[in-house]
Amino acid sequence: MSFEIPIGPQHPALKEPISLRMTVDGEVITGVDIRLGYNHRGVEKLAEQKTWIQNIYLTERICGICSHSHATCYVQAVEKLMELLPPRRGLYIRYLVSELERVHSHLLWLGVAGHEAGFDSFFMYTWRDREIVMDLLEMISGNRVHYAINTIGGVRRDIDEGQKAKILEGVATLRKRSEYYFAIGANEPSFVARIAGVGMLSKEQAVSLCAVGPVARASGVARDVRKEDPYAVYDELDFELCTADSCDVLGRVVVRVKELLESYKMIEQMVRNLPDGDIAVKAPRKAKPGEAVSRYEAPRGENIHYVKSSGADKPERLKVRAPTLGNYPATIEMLKKGFIADIPLIFAAIDPCICCAERAVTLVDAANGAESIVRMSELRRRALARAKNAPVKGNAVWPF
Amino acid sequence: MLNKLTRWSRIKSPWILHLNSGACNACDIEIVAALTPRFDVERFGVLLKATPRHADVIIASGPVTRQIRDRIVRIYEQTPNPKFVIAVGACAMSGCVYRGAYNIMGGIDQVIPVDMYVPGCPARPDAIVDGVVKLLGKL
Ligand code: SF4
Repeated sequence: MSFEIPIGPQHPALKEPISLRMTVDGEVITGVDIRLGYNHRGVEKLAEQKTWIQNIYLTERICGICSHSHATCYVQAVEKLMELLPPRRGLYIRYLVSELERVHSHLLWLGVAGHEAGFDSFFMYTWRDREIVMDLLEMISGNRVHYAINTIGGVRRDIDEGQKAKILEGVATLRKRSEYYFAIGANEPSFVARIAGVGMLSKEQAVSLCAVGPVARASGVARDVRKEDPYAVYDELDFELCTADSCDVLGRVVVRVKELLESYKMIEQMVRNLPDGDIAVKAPRKAKPGEAVSRYEAPRGENIHYVKSSGADKPERLKVRAPTLGNYPATIEMLKKGFIADIPLIFAAIDPCICCAERAVTLVDAANGAESIVRMSELRRRALARAKNAPVKGNAVWPF
Repeated sequence: MLNKLTRWSRIKSPWILHLNSGACNACDIEIVAALTPRFDVERFGVLLKATPRHADVIIASGPVTRQIRDRIVRIYEQTPNPKFVIAVGACAMSGCVYRGAYNIMGGIDQVIPVDMYVPGCPARPDAIVDGVVKLLGKL
């Protein structure tokens, strides 16, 4: 007998409240249908009414967690269009903020993953440490989340010696703490067993479904815009592309943990080698007619912006392809053949965080149409109960 | 006597529901940050609940997209009386940068009554905690 389960659309921690409809056979999911549009605000249309400069602040507000990614991607495209070359110091500060943002985003995600796997103290620890990055970002830019540090042709704020020292100090603390917690995670067999083998996505599937970011890298696809198409400062930095071949949620955790350590390395390099000079060049008010595309590796994967100008002080068209959208087809594959109890974990693993509040699942009996509502908390309880009864996978090993 | 008891328990442990109506997610992570060790609203007895039927206070963010409007009204109706709504962020107050976009209503108060506004884009966790505490003071 098969059932249909609608999930959502209201799950507040998401940037996009979306609705999932799953067909289940017993405990196993056989089909998934994703419905979008609950968070559609009309940003692309709105961008056509705002000037080039105003649009930086609009694109920044596409998503709150990777706000700097969208703003930077947009600014890169506009700079290409206007043929501007930002000064080196400006670029270094811009991508320094990018890497700090990646740290904050990955720490946030690790906390959510711990929460979904029933490891709540991990959640509280990582979120406490995330405040260190938030303080650094606030010190550099003046705001905790929407940094507004970009401007066309450079950045808006400089950093001084005292701030440099504070950044290095903060990163050193973070590295020490991160390593300590990962050691704790490694000694927690139930945590490792809970996430190993869940949400499988083979390498071939990842390629054919165009998965991006950590999801693709966890399936062994070495794809990272920072490496394959190094923009701005990335060809001068020494870092490694992080992949894993376990193809499951464990792999996604591992990739993000490794990326955190790489980001700490990059931040230190950028702070130590910060060039002297100006932070921005003056940008014209209008752009020449033409079009430009820019790519950017956001914490969740490849972000693409396309801008078209007709010669006015406003864009004629702005098109945004955010990484989460690229990961939806892959998510459908991951959920299929999985268990109902694994939905929160698999869904969280592509990193639209479903860490809190109201989410209801309705179980519909296809035969007689009887409905039963299951809340997120109930779903999580079931997940934990199932994990408790499952045999501990002896072969699951923490790779650190 | 019973009234006194309910009033006391309401002030001592308000349960909150977090509602996203199309926000950019920044206000939402700041709301979550307010629950974590640095800010820790739990010391005021505030507890995050997963369903509107258990909640006393709805903490809402976002400019209200057209598709989600009816669901917000439904969630508001499901919340038992007395209920309070805190609008967090510039979006929830007036629509912020999205003002003028074709798919938004421009603020939570266009759809459901709001008791407290917390400004900011995004509102800082300390500001959100302050908003909750001020609301409790009004009870
Ligand atoms: S007020 Fe600002 S930060 Fe908050 S949801 Fe709106 S745009 Fe995002």
